[in-house]
Parts: sequence; C-alpha cells; structure tokens
Amino acid sequence: MFNNFFFIGLPYAALTALLVGSIFRYYRLGFKVSSLSSQFLESRELFYGSRPFHWGIIFLFFGHAIAFLTPRAVILWDSVPLRLVILEVTALGFAFSALFGLLMLIQRRFKNRRLWAVTTKMDVFVYIMLLTQIITGIWVAYFSRWGSVWFASALTPYLRSLFIFNPDIAAVSVMPLSVQIHIVSAFVIIGMIPFTRFIHFLVYPFAYITRSYQYVIWNWDRKKIRTSGKMVNGVRSKNN
Amino acid sequence: MDIRSQIAMVFHLDKCIGCHTCSIACKNIWTDRKGAEYMWWNNVETKPGTGYPSKWEDQEIYKGGWVKNGKSISLRGAGKFKGLKNMFHNPNMPVLDDYYEPWTYQYEHLFEAEEGDDQPVARPVSLITGEPMTPKAGPNWDDDLGGSQEYARNDVNSRNLSAAEQEAMFQLERMSFHYLPRICNHCLNPACVAACPSGAIYKRGEDGIVLINQKKCRAWRMCVTACPYKKSYYNWNTGKSEKCLLCYPRVESGQAPACMHSCVGRIRYLGVLLYDADKIEAVASCAEHDLVEKHLDIYLDPNDPEVIKAARANGIADSTIVSAQKSPVYKFVKRWGLALPLHPEFRTLPNLFYVPPLLPTMAFVENGTYETTSESFWGAIKKSRLPMRYLANLFSAGNEKTIETVLKKLMAVRLHRRNETVGDLPEKEVSGPMGEVVMDKDTADDIFRLTSLPLFDERFVIPAAHREEAMEMLESTADVKGNTGFGFKEPPKRGL
Repeated sequence: MFNNFFFIGLPYAALTALLVGSIFRYYRLGFKVSSLSSQFLESRELFYGSRPFHWGIIFLFFGHAIAFLTPRAVILWDSVPLRLVILEVTALGFAFSALFGLLMLIQRRFKNRRLWAVTTKMDVFVYIMLLTQIITGIWVAYFSRWGSVWFASALTPYLRSLFIFNPDIAAVSVMPLSVQIHIVSAFVIIGMIPFTRFIHFLVYPFAYITRSYQYVIWNWDRKKIRTSGKMVNGVRSKNN
Repeated sequence: MDIRSQIAMVFHLDKCIGCHTCSIACKNIWTDRKGAEYMWWNNVETKPGTGYPSKWEDQEIYKGGWVKNGKSISLRGAGKFKGLKNMFHNPNMPVLDDYYEPWTYQYEHLFEAEEGDDQPVARPVSLITGEPMTPKAGPNWDDDLGGSQEYARNDVNSRNLSAAEQEAMFQLERMSFHYLPRICNHCLNPACVAACPSGAIYKRGEDGIVLINQKKCRAWRMCVTACPYKKSYYNWNTGKSEKCLLCYPRVESGQAPACMHSCVGRIRYLGVLLYDADKIEAVASCAEHDLVEKHLDIYLDPNDPEVIKAARANGIADSTIVSAQKSPVYKFVKRWGLALPLHPEFRTLPNLFYVPPLLPTMAFVENGTYETTSESFWGAIKKSRLPMRYLANLFSAGNEKTIETVLKKLMAVRLHRRNETVGDLPEKEVSGPMGEVVMDKDTADDIFRLTSLPLFDERFVIPAAHREEAMEMLESTADVKGNTGFGFKEPPKRGL
C-alpha cells in the first residue's frame, strides 16, 4: 500500500508537477524564473559553498542520468574491479564535495544577518531536501556497496517501467530503507522544482554559447515604415 | 555603411556645481524601492576620489570592460567561457560593502518613545536587515574631497603620476577638484550586453538605449562585472539587474531625462549622433593611442548628403536626421572637438562625452593671492594644478596631447570673450591662442552661446520616437484604444 504510494503515486505526481508547474512558471511568472542570488550580500563564503556544491551535484546528476540511460555501458565498465573502484570512489568524492558545499551554504545563510532578508521558507525546505538526499546517497554508497552495479540492474528497470507507464515496483519494494528514502526524496525534489529555487537549473543559458556577443533589438522595421502604404500585422514583442 | 542613430550626451564639467540634484531626481523616479535603495543610476563623484562603487575604475579589481586580444578584443572578466565557468560564484563581482549599506532612521521613535529623562533620537537602521547600524560609507562620502587621505589619495587615475606630482596635487594650497556626474553611457560596444548569459540585456536599434529585460534576466550577475563603469546594479530583493534606462518613457515622449531636466548647472546636453555600425569592431579593437580619435571618427556628419542618403536608405526617419543636424552633442563632440569620452581605454565606445574641466586646473595661489594675470593664462594650462596626465587618464586613455588641445580651445574661447566684453587684453594675447587652436571668432561665439546661454530646446534636441507608426505596424491602434502603460504589471515579489 505505502509502496504503491511512494513508488508509483509520488513519482507520477512529481513528474506531472514538474511538467505543468515549470511550463506555468516559465510562461506566466517569467519574472520569477531564476535562483535568487545572494552573492551581492555575501560573497566570500559563497565561494566555498557554491562552487563545491554545484560541481559535486552536477557530476552526480549526470552519473545517475548515465546509469539510467545506458545501463549496459555502466555494467560493462564495472566488469573490471579496478574501474569499478575508480568510479565509485570518484562519485563518493563528488558527493562529499556537494555535502561540504551544502553545509557551508547552510551555515553561511543562518550566520549572516543580511541573508535573512532574502531567505524564504522554501529555501529552508530546499536545504532540508538536499541534505536528506546527499546524506542518504552517501549512506547508500557506503553501506549498500557497489551501487553503480546494482543501480543499473535493479533501479534502471524500475525507472524505465515508470516511463513506459507500466510500473514494476517489485525490486524497489525490497530495497533497504536508506535506498527507499533516497528515491522518495529524489522524487519530492523533482516535484518541487517549479515551486522552489531549483527552477534555475532548467534555464541554464546554453543559448549564450552560440549567440553573438552584441544583441540589438529593433522594435519595428524602419524600412517598412517609410513605405507604410503596405501595412501588415506585425508580431507584438513579448515585453510590450 | 550601416548607419544607425544613437541618443548621445554631453556633460560640461566646468558648469557642474556638484549639487546632486540629478541623483535625487533619478532616485525619486526609479530607485526608491526595496532592493534598489543602494543604487544610484546617476551619481556625482568628486575627482580626485575613489568614486562609487569604491575604486570602480580599477579593472585590476573588478575586471570590467574589454581588453585587446590579438587583432580583436575580449571581455576582461566575463564572456562565454569565463562567464559560464564562474556562474556559481562570480569572483569579480562587487558586493554591497563596495557600494554602501543603505540605511534610514527610526523616525517613529521620536513620537512613540516612552517618557524618560533623555530626548528620544532617531537611530539609523539598515534598510537590509532592519537592525541598528552605524553608517560608515555612502555614495558620495568623499564629497568635496572630504577624507582625502582615504579617498582622493587612492584615486586610480593618479597611479602613474610621479610621487612629486602626487605630493603636489595634495598640498593644501594647490588642492583642486572637480565633479564627475555619471550615468550609463549607452555604449556602442556595450560589455554588459556581451556578458549577459541569458540575453536579457539589449541595445535598442532605434535610439541605441541599452536596457535589461526584467523577465529574461536570470540573476547570473555577469553584467555587473562586465560594465567597467559599474552602471549595472544587482537588485538583491528581486534578483534582477537594473540600470539607467535614460528615462526612455520620457525620451520617447519628447521630454529630457529626469537627471538632465533637473540639472541646476545646466551642464547636460542630449541629442542624436549618426554612426556607422559596421565600424564598431574595428574601432573598439584599435591601438590605445588611437582610441579617442577613431571613436570620434565613427560618428558621421549629418549634413553630408551622402550620409543623409545612406541614413534614409537604412530607414532612419527624416525627423531624426533633422534632430541630428541640430544636435548640440554633434557640435561639442565633432564640430568643435571639445568633448571626450570617459575612460575610452575600456573599449566600450561610450556615448556620454565630457567637456573636461578647465577652471580647477587654472587659477593657482601664489604668495597668498590668486594668480590670474593674463600672461599666465595661456601658459598655466601646462603647469596646471591638476596634472595634465591625471585628466588624460580620465578622458583620453593617457593621451595628454588630446586633452591639452581641448583645454586650449576652452581657454581661447574665454580670451576671445574677455576681449569682446571687457576688451582689456592686447590683440596678440587673443589672436595667438585663437590661431594656435585654429578657431575663428564666430565659432568662439557659438561655443560661448551654447555653453553659457542655451535655451532648453537647444540643450535637448530629442528626435520623435514615432511610436504611433511603430504601434500601427504591430496592431490596429483602435483595438487597444483606452489601454495605456508599458511593460508587465506584476508586483516584484519573490518568495520562490
């Protein structure tokens, strides 16, 4: 019963919330689609928090994504013990980097009086969720060892079963509690993306890489104005 | 040739009295909001001094602007690689303490205090934390050389002055200062636009005003680093960057921007310049000693039939071309060569030009009296109190010859007018300097008139925005009759 709720209901609710919520927030609350940066109020400690946290979490995110998308390749890689150890130790290193960064960020925010002015309840929620997620992750990595192997063979099928709308929770139901907490909190985080500062990772500015440096916007085509005999309906600019 | 029009400005520093009326006009209209209290889109600095934010000119600290990189240029502290790499923590971003912590006073306490033995006082409280604080800095803390030991001595522009020159500058009897009012330069090669990862900052094609789209801004904060003039500010409450918008709603309706309209000293001029957008990259990446000359060359003569033809072909309205012909900015910058850009070495090609201050450099005290005899007027430029190199560092990328020429022209106008009105100067005393800077009497009179006696409409020649035609291209105006306003109407509240 609870398993059905946590491993079928919650994931679908989270994915729905992510999809609907993000689209709504992007188009209707465009002003709020960013993380509220507090570097302006405190910069030095942010360096020791934000950098290790972000690089750690980005590596872990792509690690999980690769294990989900290409389980065969991961298992193949893990077939040589040395490679397995290298992978696991690296991942654990990044996890500790993320944990260290997160702890720095948390103590920075609560210590610094100025930051209280820009701290919301949702920020506290974000800290609790991330802390849960990273600590259970490290717990799993240590006590339920060689996660990269069993993730690819046990959790990838479960996740895939969710995406093909044929959920199979046999494997996750018998997982240790630490793994189950890790999964549940992951889905809570995913579902809360549109309602928290997590939204900023959806708008990473990839377009910057390809655009030209200078950006000029013409509100209208002046050449057309001079021959205004042929008037056509234009496209109303978004900020107008 | 790709001719575009640009709203450009001239600030005449000899006329600035440092009253900060411009700053207050701007603050009352635009930045009197939570998160923006510390911002001064328009601020007035005392030079020599460290300015606002503190030492903004020192790009060793803030890494703003462009640097020459081989044949082209690149952003010093931002750009595609550096910007995306430093996204999680921007090492070159000024923080609140580099500006100042905004505060107010607990005025209610004066009324609501319990009865007691002491007079109630209004204590200063921080506008950020709401807690009592002791103000230790402000945007014009060093006004009129206050605290010179701390501020004026740390001026970045006197870095390459010899120890003797620096010492001389700060001897009490030689001390001299001038004001430097600053707003956004609405550059031709804006570093803030180039640094913005989200593409929220853009230059308007029609009039060259640089704006930030508040909905697209994602708080990556790279513009704050990239702008070498530190004229893009981060609003800590809304998580958006904000900057001077040249009061575009006023400009579009033919009114002068608030700072210019309210200017008591009438130092500000605004008008259109036509320029060739194809040349921007070449000009921005030329050698440092050519920068000023090449920058001024990019602006075209609006009376030249060729230019008019090309401008028309490019869709520039006739009314804009007429404005460009009447532009006071064109006269100061191009025809008379009296106005120079601030810190051209940042390579952003700013569109705000300054007539450098002549007066503080001139009269100097000798034997306890002001030395103002006519013999020393001309010669005094070279041995001025404010070292020529200091002014050159501000306005001509270190080129002393450029600044000297401008000061000589300003002096020639004064000598000519003295001769006209008082007539006590020997003929040689006037014709010599006039000949040296190649200026005829009519030009000198024109300069005098536009400097001292201009009417409002001569100071501000604002082209029609033709919003009516713009709107008609987008929709039938009858459909939106009765609707007014611009932008989106959403309270700037966060919480997410």
